[in-house]
Amino acid sequence: MQKIGVFICHCGTNIAATVDVEAVTEAIKNEPGVVYAANYQYMCSENGQALIKNAIAEYGLTGVVVCSCSPRMHEATFRKAAQEAGLNPYMVEIANIREHCSWIHKDKVEATEKAIILARAAIAKVHLNAPLISGQSDVTKRALVIGGGIAGIQTALDIAEAGFEVDIVEKSPTIGGKMAQLDKTFPTLDCAACILTPKMVDAKSNDKITLYTYSEVESVKGFVGNFEVSIRKKARYVNTDLCTGCGECTTKCPSRKAKSEFNMGLMNRGAIYIPFAQAIPNVATIDPQYCIHMKTGKCGLCEKVCSAHAIDFKQQDEIVEQKYGAIVMATGFNLINLDQFDEFGYSKYPDVVTSLEFERLMNAAGPTEGTLLRPSNHEHPHTLVFVQCVGSRDTSGCGKPYCSKICCMYTAKHAMLVRDKYPDTEVYVFYIDVRTPGKNFDEFYRRAVEQYGVHYIKGMVGKVTDKDGKLIVQGSDLLENKQLKIEADMVVLAAAVEPDPSARSVASMLTASIDTNDFMTEAHAKLRPVESPTAGIFLSGMAQGPKDIPETVSQASACAAKVIGLLAKDHLVNNPCVAQSNELRCNGCSNCEKVCPYGAISYIEKEVNDHGVREVRRIAQVNEAVCQGCGACTVTCPSGAMDLKGFSTNQIMAEVDAICR
Amino acid sequence: MILSYYPGCTLKTKAQDLDLYARKSAEVLGVTMEELEEWQCCGAVYPMASDEIATKLSAVRALENAKEKGQDLLTLCSACHHVIKRVNHDMQTNADMQMKVNNYLQLDEPYTGETKVVHYLEMLRDLVGFDKIKEKVVNPLKGKKIAAYYGCLLLRPSDVLQFDNPENPSIMEDFIRSIGATPVETPYRNECCGGYVSMENKKLAQKKVDLIISSAMEKGAEMIITACPLCMYNLDANSTEHKLPIVYFTELLAEALGVK
Repeated sequence: MQKIGVFICHCGTNIAATVDVEAVTEAIKNEPGVVYAANYQYMCSENGQALIKNAIAEYGLTGVVVCSCSPRMHEATFRKAAQEAGLNPYMVEIANIREHCSWIHKDKVEATEKAIILARAAIAKVHLNAPLISGQSDVTKRALVIGGGIAGIQTALDIAEAGFEVDIVEKSPTIGGKMAQLDKTFPTLDCAACILTPKMVDAKSNDKITLYTYSEVESVKGFVGNFEVSIRKKARYVNTDLCTGCGECTTKCPSRKAKSEFNMGLMNRGAIYIPFAQAIPNVATIDPQYCIHMKTGKCGLCEKVCSAHAIDFKQQDEIVEQKYGAIVMATGFNLINLDQFDEFGYSKYPDVVTSLEFERLMNAAGPTEGTLLRPSNHEHPHTLVFVQCVGSRDTSGCGKPYCSKICCMYTAKHAMLVRDKYPDTEVYVFYIDVRTPGKNFDEFYRRAVEQYGVHYIKGMVGKVTDKDGKLIVQGSDLLENKQLKIEADMVVLAAAVEPDPSARSVASMLTASIDTNDFMTEAHAKLRPVESPTAGIFLSGMAQGPKDIPETVSQASACAAKVIGLLAKDHLVNNPCVAQSNELRCNGCSNCEKVCPYGAISYIEKEVNDHGVREVRRIAQVNEAVCQGCGACTVTCPSGAMDLKGFSTNQIMAEVDAICR
Repeated sequence: MILSYYPGCTLKTKAQDLDLYARKSAEVLGVTMEELEEWQCCGAVYPMASDEIATKLSAVRALENAKEKGQDLLTLCSACHHVIKRVNHDMQTNADMQMKVNNYLQLDEPYTGETKVVHYLEMLRDLVGFDKIKEKVVNPLKGKKIAAYYGCLLLRPSDVLQFDNPENPSIMEDFIRSIGATPVETPYRNECCGGYVSMENKKLAQKKVDLIISSAMEKGAEMIITACPLCMYNLDANSTEHKLPIVYFTELLAEALGVK
């Protein structure tokens, strides 16, 4: 018989306000095997842990049940405490009476009854617990960063700085991401290219960093410390070792139908192109969809003009296999599609642009070389209307429910820059709220209003129409309680941000969870914000949620610190709660092998002694270093031969029995 | 193709043209419109009260009659379509209303929103097809510049009506093209015409109407088509600056098909 101690946590009032902790203590005191029961305000605190340790010593406890929060929160804390007191950490069970009980119930009597039942279930399980010993696995000292924007670049640079190898996989032909497209950055107005491009060069020249641009992650296998990844290097039809980036081919290419991604479709590019002058790597890429030679077999002009003989129309995609200890999601963001927002006339009027298009129209390297011109007639605009929250904070279902966080600041920046450069303009900004928390942010916004005379109007735009070559912006001024009609030359829409569409498929390859908006979920929203709940997966930048550049860079470095912490270890302690096969029950059907997502199960021919009968049978064998304890095999096994240590069928049935008692 | 048809009161009085030309055109297009035998006024305005059902019963009766015949229910008047479609949506999604209505009606089998409600324009687009109409046109309205006026009732609430993109609809423009004319897109085609306030605030209604008509004229429209008897009345009666012919879309359809 086990000697079990039960420890009930108040969690301040989180539990105690809804669950009568004294009543729970009283009720489980006399459960079979319970030799000690106590409650305490904060069981996870030093004093609370001391309570557990002292009881283990004083009463010679062989099992511990802590009735507290989710095991995801503090199971490790209590296991460690038990271990320090000399108990095997796997003799500790958690009854989750917070998330599963106090937080979701209102009635104290019912919640208390449920807490008692959950405690009984945990006690029943502990009776069948056995000490488990963790194994070890090696750590591949190399990190993979998916996404080569500012988040990915910063994370990679910091990991490399610590001396570890790191690879960046970027799906477009160059690293740099969205930041490379920006003109100036708030709140200091330094030029984005001037602060980003040196970092891009650093990433390229760092001998610890390998760049896989124009590449995508194809598949991911393995687990923390031991990921096996295939990367598809898409064919550029250009030999990157030979290409010098001279750009001769891009100017000679006669195909001019492809929209320049870098310039947000505001100008066209050749079928062979270098996204922008400072691209890294500075090599050309052929877009087969537009290449005349690849479609018709004619042309081939680029091949003729290339003095480096780098053009290779026969180039094929290449698969690179690589092992990693850690993987970073830095897949970034996009602006939402504005199809659902036709009231603003984006699809109809060329002078209605998104904020990112506006960045290009203000940028010296943009389609107008930095002179702001109306896209419709290339004339100087006199009146500009900015509309914030286009699709953000939208509960109608057309947009996103969240605040995109960056729009208030970049709109203030746009408005200020326009007024600064073109004092003859009138600039209006429609807003729901102006949200400018951040160092020097509100001062920045006030400058736009007070110093630059930008007209801020609290209200929303209802419709944009056209009349005699002008845009008529209809909106409401909520402070003056009147309807406005503004004749404008340009309208700039601060469209909501959303995770890059690739995030969903990459996340599912990594078995890393995403939220309802496709942003990556953190292991803990407050305490583990740069880790995914999936071990070995880390989060950097917009993939995790909307954020501006300063915040992205901070988070990217935080993420790198976590990766370095992992890669610095030579071994990882394995979870000992792994599957094991009962040789005598196994019928060799292979079902478990087929469902195992980690490839941890193999079959061997082995002589067994079945009640005196010796025979060679085909039986399943679990590689404990690879098994992650997911339990898929245990429910698949038709003969009940597979069981999970720490979560055996007997233990689970005992819990169910205790609940139904 | 046989459809149950719900004409509504206005089509029997003020808006007889809307109904007449719809029937004539349907004949040419091979669509049989079977008028429900005992239909009642749809209520004209979708009742927002969520705690009473009396105002919604007539719509349910029409829907139930079509269900008994195993036919889709064809509507023509924008207001009738709006009310019947929304009540049908309530019957599909609101369990409380489903129960109350069925307790009251005591039908052989409870009605739970099985009938499909189809507006005449949707019938042209989805069941007949604009390409088919093009083939049947004998008198194409070549060179005629026509502005479509949708009004509010057909488009919103868009998740229930599911008629077209509420901010940038195209079904009536496609219709205009199918009869050989040229559509003129006006930005105010999906705005409220002010019809509902014309008794209470005539000035506001006039302002809305003038905006719609003058914008159509600026874009070069020679006439405006509508599917709504109230818009038809309002656009005609409350314009103070300019006049444009306002006609029901069915009249032009009949003209193009040679049955006017």
